[in-house]
Amino acid sequence: MLAALRLPQDARLFQIAFQAILLAVGVLVRDFSLAASQMALCFAAGLATQALWIRALGLKNVGYLSAIITCLGLSLLLRADSWWIHPLAAALALSAKFTLRLRGKHLFNPAMLGVVLAVLLLPGAWISPGQWGSDLALAAWFIALGGFVASRAQRSDTSWVFLAAYLLLIGLWYLWLGKSFASWMHQLQNGALLLFAFFMISDPMTTPDRPSARILHAACVAAIAFAWQFLLYKPNGLIWALFFCVPVVPLLDALAPGKRFRWRELSEPAATIVRKDSWSTTR
Amino acid sequence: MTSFALALCAGQAQAFCGFFVGKADADLFNDASKVVLVRDGNRTAINMLNDYRGPLKEFAMVVPVPVVLQKEDVKTPFRALFERIDAYSAPRLAEYYDHDPCVPLPPRAPMTMAQPAPAGRMRKDASAAELGVKVEAQYTVGPYDIVILSASQSDGLETWLVQNGYRIPRGAAKVLGPYIKQNMKFFVARVNLKEHEKSGDTFLPPLQFSFASEKFMLPIRLGMINARGPQDLVLWVLTKNGRVESTNYRTVKLPANINVPPYIKADKEQGFGPFYKALFDEQAKREGYRAVFTEYFWDMSWCDPCAADPLSAQELKNLGAQWVGGDTRQGARVMVTRLHVRYTPDTFPEDLAFQETADRQNFQTRYVLQHPAKIEPEACPAAAPYLKTVLERKEKEAQTLASLTGWDIGAIRVKNGLGPKDAEFWQRVWKRLRDGEQQISK
Repeated sequence: MLAALRLPQDARLFQIAFQAILLAVGVLVRDFSLAASQMALCFAAGLATQALWIRALGLKNVGYLSAIITCLGLSLLLRADSWWIHPLAAALALSAKFTLRLRGKHLFNPAMLGVVLAVLLLPGAWISPGQWGSDLALAAWFIALGGFVASRAQRSDTSWVFLAAYLLLIGLWYLWLGKSFASWMHQLQNGALLLFAFFMISDPMTTPDRPSARILHAACVAAIAFAWQFLLYKPNGLIWALFFCVPVVPLLDALAPGKRFRWRELSEPAATIVRKDSWSTTR
Repeated sequence: MTSFALALCAGQAQAFCGFFVGKADADLFNDASKVVLVRDGNRTAINMLNDYRGPLKEFAMVVPVPVVLQKEDVKTPFRALFERIDAYSAPRLAEYYDHDPCVPLPPRAPMTMAQPAPAGRMRKDASAAELGVKVEAQYTVGPYDIVILSASQSDGLETWLVQNGYRIPRGAAKVLGPYIKQNMKFFVARVNLKEHEKSGDTFLPPLQFSFASEKFMLPIRLGMINARGPQDLVLWVLTKNGRVESTNYRTVKLPANINVPPYIKADKEQGFGPFYKALFDEQAKREGYRAVFTEYFWDMSWCDPCAADPLSAQELKNLGAQWVGGDTRQGARVMVTRLHVRYTPDTFPEDLAFQETADRQNFQTRYVLQHPAKIEPEACPAAAPYLKTVLERKEKEAQTLASLTGWDIGAIRVKNGLGPKDAEFWQRVWKRLRDGEQQISK
């Protein structure tokens, strides 16, 4: 009962709700080429993987919310022409979360890693950066929903710094090229960009701990994404940039350590956890 | 007997068991630009078809290209290649016949063709410049005099083009600017009247140019300078591996594999050509002219049903698919994606950018006619219930057609043999619900 009351304090629940809404909108209104079986298998494999690792490592206080978010992310981003890509990507992504760790933090955003591994290694997998189109109304929704989630996760700084840096770079580039304001707006209204900014790069577990380091990391991702897409003319710059910037996070954490993020610290202050822990051990 | 026919169909996995009866080619859409883009790694070949019908002296075409093209990079393939690839990938009408419920034997269908439509016209770009313009290369290919220009400023380029007799629309400099800044070159073609006379051709041949560049895009902004209203582009992309989609606009599959009223086959006002045109108009409007539509995606070595034979290895090579060896049926794979865009300057503020996906699921805009069996209600016990299902089906077909095309449902009902006096759909549903309730209460 108590747990049920506390749960909404966890920002991930909001994230799950919003990602589920976006997925529903995508499938019903935006004509996503995503089959129900792909989604179902993705969730089945993702949750099973999470359960296996929790058992194998004997973890306590680790739930399934993050796994659900990863599966939603994979469903939103990954496209495949067969049924087995999504579940395999989910299993790989969540296994990496438990195995590829440095100083108590997992290295890769699971959804991002799942997408990258699928596109690089599995046949018949791709990303559709244009799938959201560029409806202004839709963009506004993304901002409203995502801003809310990000601020609840106390990592909205990452989202806003990234968006500002990325759009500024495109703006300057377009200004120099002499492109129209409308073409810059077209970039701003891209649903994939906003989804990435508010639901992927803002993940507090795979961004640096100190706020100043987070700003640096976000700017780094923005710069690489910009160069990838606008100077090298390659698609899907956002995902690749986040992937390339993975080593930056532990580096910044080592150089500029900060307070580690905990999903539940919003509801349970650290002191409470300590007391509870000592209580349970003394007992 | 029936089960044998069904087994045959099921045995050929996803095979087409009806008959191809018609197609709607790109010519339906007046003034549609037609482009065949071939992409292999960073190699690109762009084929552009010209339906220019004005005075040849005035014809000029300006296309931004990423590199300086040499004479061997430019070719003039046969016009017929466009007709071939259009016919092969065209939206199609397929036809099935109901089994007579009294005589369970599948009848055979006759073949008819769809009606042709008026021809379209290529977009004509013209521009000019002088200051800071450098002629990088100059040569004649077929009936075209070609100049490859590089420029350091857009005003200069505009002036040069005007001074050299190219009629370019005002305001071109503004659009040329971004290409110049990106260090792109300009492919400028004009008709060499002597060469054209020598060839004896009535029409201008398409232009093909090939280059190596990471840029997988199609410049469409130049053609919009003096556009009034939406423009159409039909684009075929040939690749090795998978479906091609836009990376900066939404790519949408058109509604397909849908049953439509059988009268579509031969009706004068609402035949297959007008039907497809109305369907595309309606869908493009619904998407606010912001979407790129997929009309066809298939492995070129086969088709099902075939609107026309697949292109031969030689034809594919002529379009620029250099990886094709011998027979495409055994050798190299060529995937063809047919995209159809209706764009306006406001809704497509940037050039089209593409990516080749790993998607290999075939797609075609195929519409299905299902002819009911001609029997009397008293012919056999199965006849009356069958005819009832036919009526329901006709209503559904009419609803679908009205929703796809925006045509008047009343007129469709009459044409589909439902009669104007038939109750509205919701009235019939309501009646059925009420009848059902009465039966239950009895």
